[in-house]
Amino acid sequence: MTEVTLSNVVKRYGKQQAVHGIDLDIQDGEFLVLVGPSGCGKSTTLRMIAGLEDISDGEISIGNRVVNDLPPRERNISMVFQNYALYPHMTVRENLGFTLQIAKQPEAQITRAVNEAAGILGLDELMDRKPAELSGGQRQRVAMGRAIVRQPDVFLFDEPLSNLDAKLRTQMRVEIKKLHQRVGNTIIYVTHDQVEAMTLADRIVLMRDGHIVQVGTPLELFNTPVNTFAATFIGSPPMNLADGVVSDAGTIVLRDSLTIPVPKSARAHVKPGQKVQLGFRADNLMPVGHAVEEKGELVDLELTVALTEPLGTETLLFADLAGLEVQAKMLNPRPVQPGEKLAFHLMLDKTHVFDAASGVALRG
Amino acid sequence: MDRNQTHRNRRRIYKALHFFGLFLIMEVICIPGLWIVLNSFRPTVEIMAKPPVWNPTFTLDHYRAMFGGAGEGGVPVFLYFRNSLIVSVTSTAIAILIGMGGGYAFARYRFAFKNSYFVGLMLFRAVPGVALSLPLFIVFARVGLIDTHFGLILVYVAMNVPFTIWLTDGFFRQIPKELHEAAEIDGCTRWQAFWRVEFPVARSGVASAAIFAFLTSWNEFALASQLTRSVGSKTMPVGLLDFTAEFTINWGGMCALAVLMILPALILTFIVQKHLIAGLTFGGVKG
Ligand SMILES: Nc1ncnc2c1ncn2[C@@H]1O[C@H](COP(=O)(O)OP(=O)(O)OP(=O)(O)O)[C@@H](O)[C@H]1O
Ligand SMILES: [Mg+2]
Repeated sequence: MTEVTLSNVVKRYGKQQAVHGIDLDIQDGEFLVLVGPSGCGKSTTLRMIAGLEDISDGEISIGNRVVNDLPPRERNISMVFQNYALYPHMTVRENLGFTLQIAKQPEAQITRAVNEAAGILGLDELMDRKPAELSGGQRQRVAMGRAIVRQPDVFLFDEPLSNLDAKLRTQMRVEIKKLHQRVGNTIIYVTHDQVEAMTLADRIVLMRDGHIVQVGTPLELFNTPVNTFAATFIGSPPMNLADGVVSDAGTIVLRDSLTIPVPKSARAHVKPGQKVQLGFRADNLMPVGHAVEEKGELVDLELTVALTEPLGTETLLFADLAGLEVQAKMLNPRPVQPGEKLAFHLMLDKTHVFDAASGVALRG
Repeated sequence: MDRNQTHRNRRRIYKALHFFGLFLIMEVICIPGLWIVLNSFRPTVEIMAKPPVWNPTFTLDHYRAMFGGAGEGGVPVFLYFRNSLIVSVTSTAIAILIGMGGGYAFARYRFAFKNSYFVGLMLFRAVPGVALSLPLFIVFARVGLIDTHFGLILVYVAMNVPFTIWLTDGFFRQIPKELHEAAEIDGCTRWQAFWRVEFPVARSGVASAAIFAFLTSWNEFALASQLTRSVGSKTMPVGLLDFTAEFTINWGGMCALAVLMILPALILTFIVQKHLIAGLTFGGVKG
């Protein structure tokens, strides 16, 4: 059983603080993804778990063992680095077997473990090559193989796919997920790509400026973001945010001529006169009459389309709402001319209200 | 078609000029060396001849005399060679160990006054060795290090360490730090990670640093001439002085000894040539 627990973990570089007291409980066998913008402290957190970075304050335990003062080699973890960090002077075979060789395992056992890992990742043909003779995707595979051979309690990944092209990235993403299903170990995975986070994670930890913003399943983060940062970071395209003021009549005034009722979930949490932001995803703003099942309370809007982005099965529409360019989605696309005025439905139950000053979501 | 032709011709001309330029430069570098080798094989009359004789008479007289008895212009070649070898090899080994440690520390660790240390080391390089000869002589005389291998080794280590640090720092800096981190996660101690991963990757760089250190010690004359006295510690460059008498200089013998001095350095450089090139064009380390 390998739970990983972080309690009040802090990292300071001199006076500057990179990680501000993080608390996390990671379950055995869980696929946890740390996601956030560049410089938010994801790598630092991961490296503290790995033992590559000292912990300034707090406690980290792996499998009920406090590891604060243990060197990396005694934590029984594997790590895959962004630049792969393969040993350039060793062949693929030697790279894979290195950890067992250091552990002084018998030769036969090393060969068996290396061949097994090579089989899993399809490296059999490449065993006698040096890393310099491999493509990016192949190096990535070797790096993963090296991690597997060690049979660690926890796998750590630091942006392992960011040096690959888009197609290969999608492919490797699937392989990582397969690997997790196969070995079932705890995985902590760092990325700044929200798509990777959504597709891979059992649970996502969203970070900003060294703080945890929100922890939850991908759908929790998608459906109930705790603030505007979470709302715009998770999901593509990012959530639309329109500034408005709550009126006495229980509506949000976006513009003199444009008011929208406060959605049910937020009604108990707003005060008249409060400055708010109304958030809604492109998926919940659709042209009327597109044979799409529309749920709950609908708000009629008439918007002018400025730009279209056909993506095949759907078309993104950029339209003007109260001086704000918002994105809407048209499933079952038909051609739309820029400048065309269209009737839209906004699904009110799927909208979010955030306090304009703090950005915090207002809902019950 | 025509344009292509003229373009190609011009390229050919540039290439020829390029080679000619390189040839001239190589002449400047090589002819003195060649002249030394030629002189060592020709009789003294021809050496002194004016204008110079280009196709010499071949003779081994100078070599015969050099290895001969003391009365016939002989010098203790084997002793000098032994001294040079002991001093150069030992000082190189020590300088590389210390210098590599220093270079690694500068490349990997943060510590107070790091930059000042580094600048200090480089400034030390800027001091000409001869300027130190008098103070060194006085100090060495007091502590009894004059005319010992140990004294020379000490001096050469001090001379070579800064340069080795500077060179190896550059090599280690180019190795991504993730390599030793990966090794540590794979079960290595910091020490093992260095010797199993980082050192082998930087091997070419260390080899070129070693060659530079060796050649510096092997060829050094100014300090050695002050700090050595007897055949017990004189190195080959100092031994060349044995051929100068009060009024005459035995050019032929000097050239013969010089050839014997150049030879090992040349052979060594050839052996590690591959590493030298790899080391000096480092950066081929891909993750
Ligand atoms: N060695 C260091 N010294 C000082 N500050 C550092 C050091 N390493 C990281 N930091 C700072 O700590 C913060 C977090 O860095 P970290 O590498 O964890 O970011 P990240 O979330 O991994 O970003 P990215 O997506 O760009 O990799 C950054 O503000 C960075 O400037
Ligand atoms: Mg990072």
